[in-house]
Amino acid sequence: MTTKKMAIIATKGTLDMAYPPFILASTAAALGYDVQIFFTFYGLQLLRKDLSDVKISPLANPAMPMPVPMPVAVQMLPGMETMATMMMKQKLKKHGVASLEELRDLCLEADVKFIACQMTVDLFEFDKSEFIENVEYGGAASFFGFAGDTDICLFV
Amino acid sequence: MNFDKELDARGLNCPLPIIKTKKALVDMASDQILRVLSTDCGSVKDMAAFAEQTGNTLMAQEEANGEFIFYMKKK
Repeated sequence: MTTKKMAIIATKGTLDMAYPPFILASTAAALGYDVQIFFTFYGLQLLRKDLSDVKISPLANPAMPMPVPMPVAVQMLPGMETMATMMMKQKLKKHGVASLEELRDLCLEADVKFIACQMTVDLFEFDKSEFIENVEYGGAASFFGFAGDTDICLFV
Repeated sequence: MNFDKELDARGLNCPLPIIKTKKALVDMASDQILRVLSTDCGSVKDMAAFAEQTGNTLMAQEEANGEFIFYMKKK
């Protein structure tokens, strides 16, 4: 049986949108898939050694369940993002959902390959020393080198 | 049912029970049985799907007091 492959493009850098790529990648790896994640634009934030700046915002996120109805004018007050992030992290912990760091480590442990988009690294003038070490740098063509031959290919 | 190793995945949510099951099976021998404890009701479908896709055999499963017990035989 040939090994199945999955490629994911991770483009978002918020707490809620950071979960799907890492959950799917770690699970696919556990099922025996060969997995690569291509991080581009804001997705690059998920490669930082320190993930504490990955946050969730209630603003422009009307589907986010809130404990009490909250007008947009309140959502935009200073500190709301930090508070929403804190509440979300507590919720995740309470329900036994792994932290982002834990899921990312599980991916690396399972040999999921992380590729950072060189163009967006340059564009945002990111310092590569702030990223974890197990990252390769490449462009669209290198993504297609793997993605063209996959069974599952997702854009998150 | 007899088993060779036990994994306590209680309190953990998707996808941790599956990933920990996979990791626990790594250092087991073929035909050995892993007993997995879980409180994640999603793991009922997920364990069956894991077995089907990895070739391991889900020998049996039980449910008691909101806890799920799985017996997974390594291929």
